[in-house]
Order: sequence, then structure tokens, then C-alpha cells
Amino acid sequence: MSEYLLKAVEISKSFAGVKALTNVSLQIKPGEIHCLAGENGCGKSTLIKVICGVYQPDSGYIEFNGKKYSRVTPLEAIAMGIQVIYQDFSVFPNLTVMENLAFNTELAAGRKFVNKRHMRKIAEEALAKINFSIELDRLVGSLTVAEKQMVAICRALMFDAKLIIMDEPTTALTKKEVQALFEIILKLKAQGISILFVSHKLNEVFEISERFTIFRSGRLIVSGNTADLDDRKFSYYMTGREFDDVKFKPSFQSDKNVLEVKNLSVPGAFENVSFSLKRGEILGVTGLLDSGRTELALSLFGLRKTSGGQILKDGKPITIASPRDAIANGIGYVPEDRLSEGLFLPQPISDNIVIAEIDHLTKKAGVLDRKKRQAEVDKWVKEMAIATPNPENACSTLSGGNQQRIVLAKWLACNLDVLVLNGPTVGVDIGSKHDIHAILQRLADQGMAIIIISDDMPEVLQNCSRLLVMKAGKIVAQLDPAQADEALVLAHMM
Amino acid sequence: MNTKKAIRKLTGRNEFYISLVFLALCLLIEIRSGQFFTPNNIVDLLSALVVPGIFAISEFMVIVSGGFDVSFPALASLSSYATTKLLLDADYTGGVWLPILIALGIGALLGAFNGVFIGYFELPAMIVTLGSASVFKGFMQGTLNSKQLAVIPEGMREFGTSALFIAKNNESGLTSRMPTTFLALVIVLVFSYILLNRTMFGRGIYAIGGNPVSAHRAGFNVKRTRFFMFVFVGMISALAGLCRVCMMQQMHPTNMLGMEMNIIAGVVLGGTAIVGGSGTLFGCMLGTALIVVVENSMILIGIPTVWKDVFVGALIVLGTGLSAMQVTRARKAGLRNLKKEAVK
Repeated sequence: MSEYLLKAVEISKSFAGVKALTNVSLQIKPGEIHCLAGENGCGKSTLIKVICGVYQPDSGYIEFNGKKYSRVTPLEAIAMGIQVIYQDFSVFPNLTVMENLAFNTELAAGRKFVNKRHMRKIAEEALAKINFSIELDRLVGSLTVAEKQMVAICRALMFDAKLIIMDEPTTALTKKEVQALFEIILKLKAQGISILFVSHKLNEVFEISERFTIFRSGRLIVSGNTADLDDRKFSYYMTGREFDDVKFKPSFQSDKNVLEVKNLSVPGAFENVSFSLKRGEILGVTGLLDSGRTELALSLFGLRKTSGGQILKDGKPITIASPRDAIANGIGYVPEDRLSEGLFLPQPISDNIVIAEIDHLTKKAGVLDRKKRQAEVDKWVKEMAIATPNPENACSTLSGGNQQRIVLAKWLACNLDVLVLNGPTVGVDIGSKHDIHAILQRLADQGMAIIIISDDMPEVLQNCSRLLVMKAGKIVAQLDPAQADEALVLAHMM
Repeated sequence: MNTKKAIRKLTGRNEFYISLVFLALCLLIEIRSGQFFTPNNIVDLLSALVVPGIFAISEFMVIVSGGFDVSFPALASLSSYATTKLLLDADYTGGVWLPILIALGIGALLGAFNGVFIGYFELPAMIVTLGSASVFKGFMQGTLNSKQLAVIPEGMREFGTSALFIAKNNESGLTSRMPTTFLALVIVLVFSYILLNRTMFGRGIYAIGGNPVSAHRAGFNVKRTRFFMFVFVGMISALAGLCRVCMMQQMHPTNMLGMEMNIIAGVVLGGTAIVGGSGTLFGCMLGTALIVVVENSMILIGIPTVWKDVFVGALIVLGTGLSAMQVTRARKAGLRNLKKEAVK
């Protein structure tokens, strides 16, 4: 037997003349956890599809278990023992766990009729492979994301899998669920199954994988042992850029509070929360998912009804009953889920940028002033370095990082005093993450007051000048990020 | 614990509420008129259910697969018109089996026309059937030069008028015939139940309705499944059309056109998800029966027939609104659970 279970050798693939992969290679040893990393659009997904037979490569070949294949069909890939767990898990939400688990096997066996008892047996067998227990008659749609993933993993194991490819498996999981997933992955490894773990999250790569391969723009950048990798190298390989991780130090800070929150409460979410904010400051708020951090952000933007407490802006009490009130008082909000709450995805990039300031871009009779609008759009596309050939393209054509820049641009166009960001870099690749952090720091230096709500420890520690920790609806600690570390923050959070 | 679970399972289902509404309506009519639970009324209602019932089953399959079929009235009209005309011209005097076979054959052909575009060219079912409805109608009125046929072949007439049994209301002395065509509904129902629940083909229809991409990855032949489903749907619709013609004892070419909205309403009312993937034949029949009762029995409680449409409309808004509300509630509950999980 050869040293490698899978060898993809000098694979090239282009779509309509655009090169998605250029001579990339990948080797996976039997029973190893291999991490394939790279930013969005680097060709990771394309390579996976070549390996599992969905795409045929233009050149290059695949060697599996010592046998050479110039092209593979999806059925051959399954027969060889390659299974893919897609990001959406490819499950049927409307059907039961049992059917979801048994369909593939039954179809592969060419069955024409449904035999419930047989299906149940297959399903039980599948669950037993990783000692996972769940009611077989539940609809998959009613399961949590993590449970759906387990169902997908169990299903994959039914085919004597030798290699399981997991496409960004941790995207929608909580920290605890990620740990559970990692335990399963280690279990699979113990059974001699190789795992190709696709991710762009640095901490996961370090934690789980033994070897890694990094792609950038469809080319192989580096492949090696994870032990030889560190933060800086990882970022460099991913983006081709060097980043200095300097902690944010406010260059100037006014002595008057621009925003003051006194004893604010939202029933069922948080109570008696007080803090103040000065211009030029970046205030971090962190805590677990249920700590009330998100509700706090929403209440500052008029999206949650508060009971009791006071909000003062420049020393004067204000009421924020709706987002309109908040905007009128110079407060902007970048939501956690920018796709559904922060952007009009099918609409042009330009419209998304000017939407919040549209009232000011009019001629006398309230008619839109096209020249003014165009000037604004051009200005922000340039300022934010939004990578698009045409600002009239739909917002959905952009990557996560660029989309987040649009959300930022939208608010900056309104000349805000206070900007509240909830999870500003969730799902954003490393390069854009650094850029967004740089933008935020620059804004603070220009005199804006910023609140970052996030559970990304390095993010808050690096970018905030002050850090509040919330737990079960209360502020439990105020820390100086210069002196705090992750362990300390976590200790307060838990 | 188990009974609790069973009750929760029951109350969580749409069919449960539709049953309640259905029973309540029946009781209301009974209390007001005293005429609802009489043998002849029940038989009349069942007889009125035959054609909408068969149509509803065909529509049900399409909705479960994630689409809408608005061509079935035109398909049924064309196939039954062609069948009747063909047999009249040939001076056919035999039984009903040949007309049924011809109608099924034409229905399969027309269904295949839909199926090619929807299955193999992957066009949205609603758009294709909107178009094919016009094509079928135009073909019937143009090429076949359709007119009302006042006489239908003897075998068909017999099939439409023969009775399984006759129910009599002892008080009023009114009688109603249970038509033989009711058997057609029963047979289609049983056949469809087996197809949808006991064959991989039927589970494939559900799977495609849930997520066509996943269905393809799981190994279902999505294109072929969609194609053959539309062939079946065409056959079932054609059978319904033929039953209608036989029961009316004449062929009226435009008589069935426009039925699609009430049929879709009945199916959706019965808890079939409009996005596809979920629903039961039982619910589908229940929803259709509800509409049939409203259409036929309002007169019994003294509501003029002109109000019928208002009631049917209100039912649709209420019924579908309720199930939409349930979906939102379930999603919220799911989110809450997720948060609780995260805390642990």
C-alpha cells in the first residue's frame, strides 16, 4: 500500500475561461486529519468537487489507494469510499431521521419499495457507528444544526467511508457543539478514516488537524505539518499579506461622554446595565450567547423595548423607540446577521450604500439627485476598497468581507456619532477581518465612538480600549484589554 | 408520558385542526337544518367529492414535489373531449373500459408534455402548466373544434349513472344514488397512497419537495421522478375528467376550466406545505371535503349560494393562515431551544 490514501496531482480546472484551479496537488495519508484552508473563492470547493466526481478536471489526475483515475464519477467516488458532508448537510428537513439515514443505502441497493423495518435497521446501524442517539421518527427539520450534522455524518459512514470530506463544518455551530464534533472526528480517525477538514478558521486548524494545505487564488501555496505553523504564517499563507497585530490604543479621547446608559433593562434579557462611552473609544462587550449582549445592542438601536433606565446622548436624555430615532440621534447598528438584517442582497451595491442617507440625496421636490448619489457611491466604494467591477451589481455577488464593508459604508455615509457592531467579522475571511478592524480603529481615531459586541476573544482584546463582560443579563466585569488575556475574560464569562 | 406525547403529536398536526373545523361545520349545519346527517345528504356530498377528490390527489402530488399544476382542468377537458368525440365518431357501443383506457392514454401523453419541460428541462412547474393549460385549451377549441356534445356513448352514460347503492331519507322520502364513479376515487386514493408511501419513487417525490439538490446527491433520479410523476398526474386528471363527463351525461368543453383554484385551496387547507415536501393524503381529502361541504351545504342553513365564494375564500385565508402561524411558532420554539442548548 502506498503512503497516501488520496493523491490529487496537478489538477487544473477552469470555468468559462476563468481558472479556478491551477496545477494544485493534495495528499492525504490514511487515518489523518488534514485541513484544507484558504479564503473564500480560493478553489477549495472546486477541488472537493473534483475529488468527489461532481466536476471533471481539465488536467491532472487522482490517485486513490494506489489506483490512478483521470476522471471520477460521483458513484465511483462513493464506491471508492469518498464521502462529502456538505455545508448544508444535504438532508431532507421534511422527512424523518430514519428516512434521511436510510435513503442512500436503499437507493444504492436499487430498492423499489419501502420496507420500514429494513430502513429502521439501517438507521440504527448508522447511529451506532458513532454512538449517537436520537429518535428515529423525528423530522430532521426539527433538529438543531449540530444534530443535523451528526445525521449527515452517520449517513456518510454507511458506505465504508475511507475519506470523509467536511466542507466548513463548524460555520453554524456553538463552541460546545464544535467540541463535540471534534470528538467525533477523533473517533473516526481512530477507526482509520481520513478526514479532509475544510476551514478558514485558524484556531480550528490548529486544534484538530495534523497536516494542512493552503490554497490562494486557485494555487497551492503550502502544505505541511500543522506543528510547524503559527498565527502569523497562517495569515500570511492565506492572504499573501503581512499583518501586525497591534493592540488598539485610542489616539485621542474626549473627556465628555457621548453616550451614557443608566440602569437600562430589557425584561428577560438583561437588567440594570450602565456604562458610558466617549468619542474616540472602542468599547467591547462580550459574553455568552444568552448573556444579553445581543439584546443590549438591539435596544440601543430601538429594536427592543426597554423597561426602566435611561439613555443619554451628549448629556441629554433621549428615547430610542425605533431605528429611526436611533439614526436621528446619530446611532448606527451593524447587525449580527448582515445577510438578512443588514443588506438588501439582490439590490445593487450602490443602493445598499446610500440607503440610510437617501433622504439627504434629494433635489428640492424630494426627487433623487442622481449626480449626488453617484458621487456618494463612488466615494465609498473607493474609501472602503470594495472589490467590485461595477457598483450596480447585486450585493449578493460580493464576498462576506466586502458585504460587511458595505454595511459599514452605509452607516459612515450618515456621519454617525456612535456605531454599534454586533459580531462585525463573523464569517469574514482573515484579510477582510484585518481590514475591517483597521477601518474601525481609524474611525475611532477620527472621533467616532464604537461599541463592538463579539465573542471573538482576540477581536475584542485587540481592538477595544475597554471591555465589558456580560453574564446572565448583567455586566459582571470591566477589564482593560491591555492587561487582560483570553483566560481571564473566559473566567468572567462562564 | 406516552399518551402525552401522542396527544402532542396529534395536536401538532394540521389534519387535527382541519378535522375539528370540519366537524364543527358539519355540526353547525346539522343543528341549523337537521338535514346534514341524513343518508341522502351524505351520499350527495360523497358523490360531489368524486371529481374534486381525484383532481386534489393529482394536485397533491405536484405540490408535495414542490410545484403547482394549474393545467389539470384543461388537461382533463382535452382528454375527455377527445375520448368522447373519438368514440362517438366511431359509433362505439361497448362498455366503459375502452373510454377509460383511451382517456388514461391521452392523459399520460399530455402529462408527459408537462413532464418533459418540468422534469428534463427543469423549468418551474407553475410556469410550464400555465402555458400548457393554454395549449391544451387551444388545441381542444381550435384543432378539435370543440362544441358541447349533448350525447355521450352508451357505456359511458351507464358508468356515470349507475349506482353502487341508493340511500333514502325516511323523513323526506328523498333518495340519492351513490355513483359507481366513487369507486374511481377510492381506487385512485389507494393507488396513490401506496405509490407515495410504500415505494421509493413516492418517497422520492417527498425528498425532491424537501430539497432537490439533496435528493440528487442521495441518488434519486430527480429528472425521471418528476417526469413520471407528471405522467401519473396526467392520467389521474384525465380519469377525473372522464368521470365528470360520465356523471353529467354530456361533454361540456369549458365546464371544468377554472376549477384549479378551489382544488389547490383544498389541498393547501388540508395541511400540505405550499413549499413542498410535507402533507398527507388524508389531510388533502379532508381539505377538499371541507370545500365541497361549504359549496354544497351552505344552502341548508339558509345562506344564499351567492355567499358561497365568500365562505370558501374566508376558509382558505383562515386555514392557510393558521398553518403559517404554526410554522412561525415552531421556528421560534426551535430558536429558543437552540439558545438553551448553547447555554448548557
